[in-house]
Amino acid sequence: MNIVVCIKQVPGTTEIKIDPETNTLVREGVPSIINPFDCYALEEAVRLRERCGGKVTVISMGPPQAEEALRETISLGADETILLSDRAFAGSDTWATAYVLSRAMARIADYDIIICGRQTLDGDTGQVGPGLSEMLGIPFVAYVNRVEEIRDGYIRVQRMVEEGYETIEMALPAVITVVKEINVPRLPSLRGSMKAKTAQIPVWSADDIGVEEDKAGIAGSPTRVVKVFFPKRERKSEMLQGSTEEQVDNLIRLLEGII
Amino acid sequence: MEYYLTEQQKLVKSLARRIAEERILPVRAELDQNEEFPWAIVKDMANSDLFRVFIPEQYEGLGEGSFALCIAVEELSRACCGVALTYAADALGSLPILLYGSDEQKQKYLPDIAAGTKLTGFGLTESGAGSDAAAIKTTATRDGDDYLINGTKQFITNGGEAEIYTIIALTDPSRGNRGSSAFIVEKGMPGFTFGKKEQKMGIRTTATRELVFHNCRVPGENLVGKEGLGFIVTMKTLDVSRPGVGALSVGLAQGALEAAVAYAQQRRQFGQPVSAFQAVQHMLANMAMELEAARALVYAAAKTIDSGARNFTEEGAMAKVFATDMAMKVTTDALQVFGGVGYMRDYPAEKMMRDAKINQIYEGTNQVLRNVIALQLLKRKAQRE
Repeated sequence: MNIVVCIKQVPGTTEIKIDPETNTLVREGVPSIINPFDCYALEEAVRLRERCGGKVTVISMGPPQAEEALRETISLGADETILLSDRAFAGSDTWATAYVLSRAMARIADYDIIICGRQTLDGDTGQVGPGLSEMLGIPFVAYVNRVEEIRDGYIRVQRMVEEGYETIEMALPAVITVVKEINVPRLPSLRGSMKAKTAQIPVWSADDIGVEEDKAGIAGSPTRVVKVFFPKRERKSEMLQGSTEEQVDNLIRLLEGII
Repeated sequence: MEYYLTEQQKLVKSLARRIAEERILPVRAELDQNEEFPWAIVKDMANSDLFRVFIPEQYEGLGEGSFALCIAVEELSRACCGVALTYAADALGSLPILLYGSDEQKQKYLPDIAAGTKLTGFGLTESGAGSDAAAIKTTATRDGDDYLINGTKQFITNGGEAEIYTIIALTDPSRGNRGSSAFIVEKGMPGFTFGKKEQKMGIRTTATRELVFHNCRVPGENLVGKEGLGFIVTMKTLDVSRPGVGALSVGLAQGALEAAVAYAQQRRQFGQPVSAFQAVQHMLANMAMELEAARALVYAAAKTIDSGARNFTEEGAMAKVFATDMAMKVTTDALQVFGGVGYMRDYPAEKMMRDAKINQIYEGTNQVLRNVIALQLLKRKAQRE
């Protein structure tokens, strides 16, 4: 079973600041981490390998410093890592990112399943996983919370939907995105951490994976961010006075006004 | 203090700290309350290779030695002395095999110990043999190629949970000390059962049980070293393990000091935090000084062992006695800083104080170890080598 996990390095905070001038995230002074949802994807991949054998390859598209995130995945059980890094990739939206990842998959060629986190902490779109499956022309299931069975060319998963679960069978290769309910990620191992320190992490450029320049980066991104802003929070409060009866009457009047 | 840890030692430290903070801290009160063995955490430690730290590389370990083991024990104990003891006692049980085992015995047992798939325990103490270790009554009688073991070991840490035990029994009762031998026994061997599970004052997450042997048949190949070597195996094992008890105490005291400092800054009386009172400040300062002194002594003893020194009985005993007396004092004072709430189970101070006490007792009481230190001094007329 050859398993590929897609990860992203993101700012390690839930209090994201946005530069009002450039509409981009402020990254200064914020330590980078592996996107938390991707940690569940990696853990599930490592568990599947422990169950069925094979190998876990982790890929990430990002700037050179994303190498740190890949290094960390080795301490968490990844066998191989690949960094997709090229100036031509800079500014890619989810469409262009999915395209670049699909080109990397074409070079990897021999894979059974691709696992992604359900979404990233910074972008929050949840679009790269499904986009990747579309571009590869392979099946896709989002929000997987359990892999029930997996064997050559076949997988059965349970996924979370709003009011319960769905059980889905599909052919492999396929793409799944996972939710945090799927597992509890392990801590790094000492052997893995030592291996991670010295591991060589190959870097694939646009040329290496045959990325057409106008399809990646800003040129290949149909998304245009016009403005990013925090919605203004407006709260009005009114204290109801008087006897209980008066308060109830006033409350009913107010509620009727809203409805 | 800066101890110039190597990259590997830093890794061990940071990983043990993560396990302590992410996996132990959230459940330590519950484990203590329910007297529940921390299997989930043992599994986490195994997955993180923590049991490999003290096993040599040729047996699937990391060969990091005593100092790195002490660092790991200290970090774990900072969150829970009980969980840390489960880990430290596993190292203790494996020591007779590590120090005196044959290559076959090492090949057979150490890789599983390193992987953390099998825990170990060390069985010396009996109801009539505590500090007077030579007074053991358990016997091992030759029967063909095997030995038949009879007797009961008491207060054995990891008892019932561990798979592998190294125990001391008399092969020649007429020769006293020189008639004892060390054996490896495995859970499930016919005639080997577990007796009373102790209910303890502290370190309540640990398993402490009797090992009961009734005509337990052990193959001759499970003898460690040779017949008559039991007392030497015991003494050397304890010499090597004692800095580990010191590390348990240093970690425990570190946790207590941190909790006391945080509480003193948050608790307000007479219109100010109690940390503003000099009486409290001086208590905290004394705790910190004694803690740092104990840590330096424990580290130095562990490094002496790692240096390949032949005799480190004195250093190990000093580290153990000093650090455990310090932890008793620091945890008692930490509770005092907490005041009334410190006595309540809602806060960790009372657990830390309960956990501290045993460290002054096991692996050589602090009284018998003072005898040991004095004997070493007198033997070489107090001259430094």
